[in-house]
Amino acid sequence: MDNKSKPNLFFINKKSEPLLSKKNRALLSDPLDDNNPITVQVLGICSALAITVQLKPALVMTLSVVFVMGASNVIISILRNLIPNRIRIIVQLVVIASLVALVEQVLKAYSYDVYKELSIFIGLIITNCIVMGRLEAFALGNGVWKSFLDGIGNAAGYGIILIIVAFFRELLGSGKLLGFQIVPEFIYGMGYENNGLMLLSPMALITVGVMIWIQRSRNRKLIEEN
Amino acid sequence: MEYYLNLFVKSIFVENMIFAYFLGMCSYLAVSKTVKTANGLGLAVIFVLSITVPINFLLDNYLLKPGALSWVGSEYLTIDLSFLRLIMFIAVIASMVQLVEMIVEKLSPALYGELGIFLPLIAVNCAILGGSLFMQQKSFSGITESAVYGFGSGVGWYLAIIAIAAIREKISYSNIPAPLKGLGITFIITGLMAIGFMSFMGIKL
Repeated sequence: MDNKSKPNLFFINKKSEPLLSKKNRALLSDPLDDNNPITVQVLGICSALAITVQLKPALVMTLSVVFVMGASNVIISILRNLIPNRIRIIVQLVVIASLVALVEQVLKAYSYDVYKELSIFIGLIITNCIVMGRLEAFALGNGVWKSFLDGIGNAAGYGIILIIVAFFRELLGSGKLLGFQIVPEFIYGMGYENNGLMLLSPMALITVGVMIWIQRSRNRKLIEEN
Repeated sequence: MEYYLNLFVKSIFVENMIFAYFLGMCSYLAVSKTVKTANGLGLAVIFVLSITVPINFLLDNYLLKPGALSWVGSEYLTIDLSFLRLIMFIAVIASMVQLVEMIVEKLSPALYGELGIFLPLIAVNCAILGGSLFMQQKSFSGITESAVYGFGSGVGWYLAIIAIAAIREKISYSNIPAPLKGLGITFIITGLMAIGFMSFMGIKL
C-alpha cells in the first residue's frame, strides 16, 4: 500500500484506505468462491431452486439481486447507528420490500415482457434470505463502502451458481439455451431424448449438491468435519 | 371435524413445505446438523406459522381484499387495498419473529447462540410467507381452517427438518467422499427425499 511512502497522509487520514485496497477486494472476491453464499453460507437456496429451470429468469434475477443487495446494504449501513436493536428486522424488511417494489416498477415500465414472465420471482427477492442475511451479518456492523462491496460481491457469487445450475438444467432438460434450440435436430433423430427429470425441482438440489462436491474437491479448505 | 383432519394431513404430507414446494430451504439445510437444534428451530417455525397465518387471514379478509372494508360502511365497498398485501404480511411476520427472538433469548440462551443468524432469518424463511400466500390463494372460508392449515404446514416443516437432522447425525459415521461431507450430501439426500415425497402428489383427501 502506498500509505508507507506518504507518512503525512497516513496520519491525517488514519481511517481512510484506498478504495480498492486488498481487504476491500477480498470483500468482493471472497463470495465468488471461498465464502460463496449458496454453497458455503447456505443462503438464498429457495429461489435458486425455483428459477433455474431456464437461463433467462436466472439472469434477470441475478441483475435484480445485485441491485437490491447493493442498495439495501448501503441504506442499512447508513442507518446502522439509528436503528434500535429491537425493531431491526422490521426496518430491514421494509427497506428490502421498497427496493424490490422499485425493481418491479422499473421492469414493468421498461421491459413489460420480462416483467410478465418474472413477476412472481421478483417478489421472491423479498424473502430471499441472502439479502437479509448479509444485512444482519455485515451491513449492521460495517461502513458504507465496505457494505456496498459486500453486497455486490455476494450477489455476484449467488448469481454465478444460479447461472451455472440454470445452464445445465435448460441444456439437459429441454435442449435449449436462453430459449434457442442448442441440441440439433439430427441428434434427436438418432434417438436422443431430453432428460425430463432435470426440469423437476429435486434435480436442482442434486445439481447444487454435485457443484458443492466439485468446488470442495478443488478447494480443500472448505471441507467440513462431518 | 373430518374436513379439518383432512386439511391437516394434507398440509403435512401432500403439500409439505420442504419436499413439495421447496420453501424454507436455507434454514432447513443450515440448522440441521443435530436433532436438538433442529427441534428448537422447528418448534419456532410451527409457532410463527400457526400464529401468522390466521392473523394474515383476518387482515386479508377484513382489510385488504377488494370489498373487504364493507364492514366500515357502504361507501368503502369499492376500495381495493390488495396491492399492500406483501408489505402487510411481511410486517406481521417480522413482528412475530422479533417476538420469538426475544422469547428464545430469555428462555434458552444456549439455543439462541446455536441458531445464530438463522433465528432472525425465520422472518425471511419463505415457508412462512409462503404459508400466508397459499392461505390467501386457497381462499379459506373461516379462521379455523387457516389456523389448521398454518399449524399443519408448520408440523410438516418440523418433521422434514427432524428427519434430515436424524439422517445427518447417523451419516456422520459413514464413509463418504470428503468433499461431499456436510452440505453436499445433505443437498443430495434432500433431493432424493423430495423425489420420494412426489409419490404423495396424486393423493386426494
